Amino acid sequence: MGEVLDTECNGDFLDGSHILVRTLEDLGVDTVFGLPGGAILAVYDALTNSTKFRHILVRHEQGAGHAASGYAISSGKPGVVMVTSGPAATNMVTAIADANMDSVPLVVITGQVAANLIGTDAFQEADIVGITLPVVKHSFLVTEATEISRIVPEAFHIAATGRPGVVLVDITKTAMIFSAQYDFNQKFQLPGFNPKQQPEHKCLQAATELVVNAKRPVILAGGGTLRAQASKELLDFANLIHAPVVTTLQARGIIPDSDVHSLGMIGMHGTIASAAAVQKCDLLIALGARFSDRVTGKIDEFAPLAKVIHADVDPAEIGKNRVVDAPLFGDLKDTLALLIESLTAAKYTPQDRDSWWNYLENLQMKYPLYLDDEHAQKSAESGMGALSPQSVIQKVGQIAKKYDENAIFVSGVGQHQMWASQFLGHEKPHNWVQSAGLGTMGYAIPAALGAKAARQESTVWVIDGDGCFQMTNQELATCRLAGLPIKVMLINNGTLGMPRQWQTLLFNKHYSQTDLHDGPDGWSGEVVYGDGEEKGGSPNSGIPDFVTLAKAYDCLTIQVTRPEEVEDAIEKAAQENERSVVIEFVVAKDALVFPMVPAGKSNNSIMYTPTVQPLLNEESEELDG
Amino acid sequence: MASDMKTHTLSILVENKPGVLTRVAGLFARRAFNIHSLAVGTTEDVKVSRITIVTDESQAPIEQIALQLQKLINVMKVHVLVDDKAVHREIMLVKVNTEQNGVCVRPEIIAITNLFRVKVVDVAAESITIEATGKGSKLEALVQALLPYKILEIVRSGTIAISRGKDIISLHKGIGEAPDVAE
Repeated sequence: MGEVLDTECNGDFLDGSHILVRTLEDLGVDTVFGLPGGAILAVYDALTNSTKFRHILVRHEQGAGHAASGYAISSGKPGVVMVTSGPAATNMVTAIADANMDSVPLVVITGQVAANLIGTDAFQEADIVGITLPVVKHSFLVTEATEISRIVPEAFHIAATGRPGVVLVDITKTAMIFSAQYDFNQKFQLPGFNPKQQPEHKCLQAATELVVNAKRPVILAGGGTLRAQASKELLDFANLIHAPVVTTLQARGIIPDSDVHSLGMIGMHGTIASAAAVQKCDLLIALGARFSDRVTGKIDEFAPLAKVIHADVDPAEIGKNRVVDAPLFGDLKDTLALLIESLTAAKYTPQDRDSWWNYLENLQMKYPLYLDDEHAQKSAESGMGALSPQSVIQKVGQIAKKYDENAIFVSGVGQHQMWASQFLGHEKPHNWVQSAGLGTMGYAIPAALGAKAARQESTVWVIDGDGCFQMTNQELATCRLAGLPIKVMLINNGTLGMPRQWQTLLFNKHYSQTDLHDGPDGWSGEVVYGDGEEKGGSPNSGIPDFVTLAKAYDCLTIQVTRPEEVEDAIEKAAQENERSVVIEFVVAKDALVFPMVPAGKSNNSIMYTPTVQPLLNEESEELDG
Repeated sequence: MASDMKTHTLSILVENKPGVLTRVAGLFARRAFNIHSLAVGTTEDVKVSRITIVTDESQAPIEQIALQLQKLINVMKVHVLVDDKAVHREIMLVKVNTEQNGVCVRPEIIAITNLFRVKVVDVAAESITIEATGKGSKLEALVQALLPYKILEIVRSGTIAISRGKDIISLHKGIGEAPDVAE
C-alpha cells in the first residue's frame, strides 16, 4: 500500500500525506508557510515541483504562524501553516493565540507522533491539541488517513465562517503513512456548527428606531468590519446618518483618515475627539467591536449617556462587556446593508447634527495628533537620538503612499505601533497589519513576509521597534530567499519603549530592565565593527549593530541619525525593489505616546499631554438641544 | 457551594466524542465561570452526550455562559433549565458507623432512612451504606439528620435534570407533538 497514483480524479488510493497535499490543492490554497521535521516529513516528501501551492520555508515556526496571519489579514483568505510535532508545535502557540485573539482565519497543520505512541512521552511528542485548547476556535486530532480529506476542508470552513479564528489539525504519523481512498467531497460532520447569518427583523426595527431618534450618534468600527469586508457599507452608513466614525486599533483604514466622518482611533492612545465622541454620544453603534479594555477604559464609565446598537457575527460578544439595547447578530456586511435598507424604507433623514459636529471639529482642531517634538529636541541637544519617532513615521506614511497607494503597513507592538496607527495616515482597508489583542512583540517581520506573499504587487512597509526586531528578524532570510522583499523602518530608541513610558509615568522613572543598549546611548563596552562605512558617522551604536546585522541578510541598510537625512533615506527605501530594506532611525528614547488614558481609568480622564486633560471639567451645555 | 448564590442548571447536548468534556470544562475555567456540579452521560441518541452543569452568575449572566458554550464546535444545543419547570436529581451514597460509644445505633439510622424514604444498600457489622436520590436540598437534610452519628464517607453525583411536562431537550422532535424548546 501507499503507492501513489498520479491522476486527477476523485477516489484515488493515496497515502495520508498525498491526501493532505491533494486536499490543500483542491481547496485552492496557494501558499503554505512551514518548516519540516520528523513527524511531518512524510508530508514534505509528498511536496514536489508539481505541487500547486507554494511552500515558504521559514526560519522559526512562530514566524510561520505570524506570516500566515499577515497573509490572512492582507488577503482575506485563511493563512495556512505546516510544522512538525513537539517543539515546532509549541513554537506555534504564540502565533495561534495571537491570530485567534484578533479573529484571523488560520489553519495550522501540525505533525504528531504515531497514534500508538501517543501518551508514551515519545520523542518530540507534545499534546498540542491540549496545549492550544484555550486559544483556538477548534482543533482536530487525526489518526486515520481516511479522515484527512474530510477534516481539512472542515478546518478551512470553520476557520473562515462566522467569526474567523484558528483551527488546529494535528495529524499523526499513522494517518500520513497509511492509505485511503481520496474523497474530497465528503459531507461535513459538524452538527454543532451553524453560525447565524442575519439579524432578526425586530432587532433591526429597534436599531432603526434608535438611529432615527439619535441626536449625537457615533459609529465604533472594530476589526469585525474588516473581516466582513464591509468598508463600503460602513462608509455608506456613515454618510447616510452623518455620524462620526471612530475605529479600534485593528480597524484602522476601514474608513479613510481623510474622510470627514473619521475621528481616528478610539482607546488608550486614541484621539481626544474620538474619546469625546464616545463619552458624549447618545447612541453608540458598535460594529464588529468587542469592547476591549484598551478601548473602553473603565467600563462602567464608558459611553455613559449612550444607548447601544451592537452588530457582531459572534452572538457571545453581544452583552459580554456592555449592555446592549439593540443586538444585531450576523454578518456585518449584510447587517449594514439591511440597516441602510431599513432606514431608507423609513424615509430617514438625519437630525440636525450641527452642534454635535461643531463640538467634535473644535476638539479636532484644538487637539491634533501629538508630535512630541520637545523630547526629540532635548535628545538632540544631549547628542543622543535626534529624531522624533512620530515625525519619521508620518514621513514614511507620506512617501510610501506616494509610490504605492496600496502600500501595506505592518507594525510590531509598542510605542512605534501606536505612532504608526496615529501618524501613517490610513486610507484603505486591509493595508494595516499588526497584533492588536495579544500584543505580540516580534510580530512585524514575519507578518510582513506573509503580507508580501499574499499581495506581491503591493509594497510592504514595516514599522518596527528595536525590541521587536530582535525577536524575529531571522525571517529577513526567508524574505530574501523567497524573493519577497519588505521595507523595514526600524524605530530605534534603544529601549523597550512602551514599558519605559509606563515607568516614566507610573513607576517614578525607575527604568528597571528596559534599556536594550542597542540604540541612542549605546553600550559602555567597546564596539568593534568589521565594516562601518554605512554607519553614517553615528558616535553611539550598541549591541547589535543593526546595519551590520541587516547586511548579513543582504538588505539595503542605512542608519539615519539627523532629521535632514530622513526623507532621503525613505525615498531610497521606496526605490529599492529587489532586496529588503532596513533603515535604522536613531530616535529620542524619551518620546511619549500621547494622548493616553491610564489603564483602568475612565476615557474622560484622557490626557492630551502629561498635564492636559481636556475632557475633565469640560462645559457640556454646548451639546444640549 | 455558596447557598446564598442563585444557581442555574444548564443542559448541554454535545457530540459523543473524545475530548469534548475537556473543551466544556476548559471553557468554564478560562472564562472564570463556576461549576457547582457536573454530570455527563449518554442519551437516547448514541451520537449525543448530555452534560448537566449547575453554575451561578457571579462572573457572567447565564445567557453569556450559554452563548460562550454554544460557540464550541462540538456543542449542539444549550438549554437553561428553569428551576420550577424541571426535575432535578442527585444520587448520594453515605456510609455511617452503626456503633456509638459501644452501643449499636443501627435501628435509629434505619428509622431515619425510613423517614427520608431512602434505601439501605449495604450492611456490615459496624456500618451501613445508604443510597439517597433527590434534590440537593433533600440530600442536605439527610446529611444533617445523620450528623449525630459518625459519617464515614459521602459520595455524591452531579445533578441531572429534565424539564417537566412534554417539553424535551433533544436534537430530534420527541414522540407526539413535543415542541423544540431549546431556542
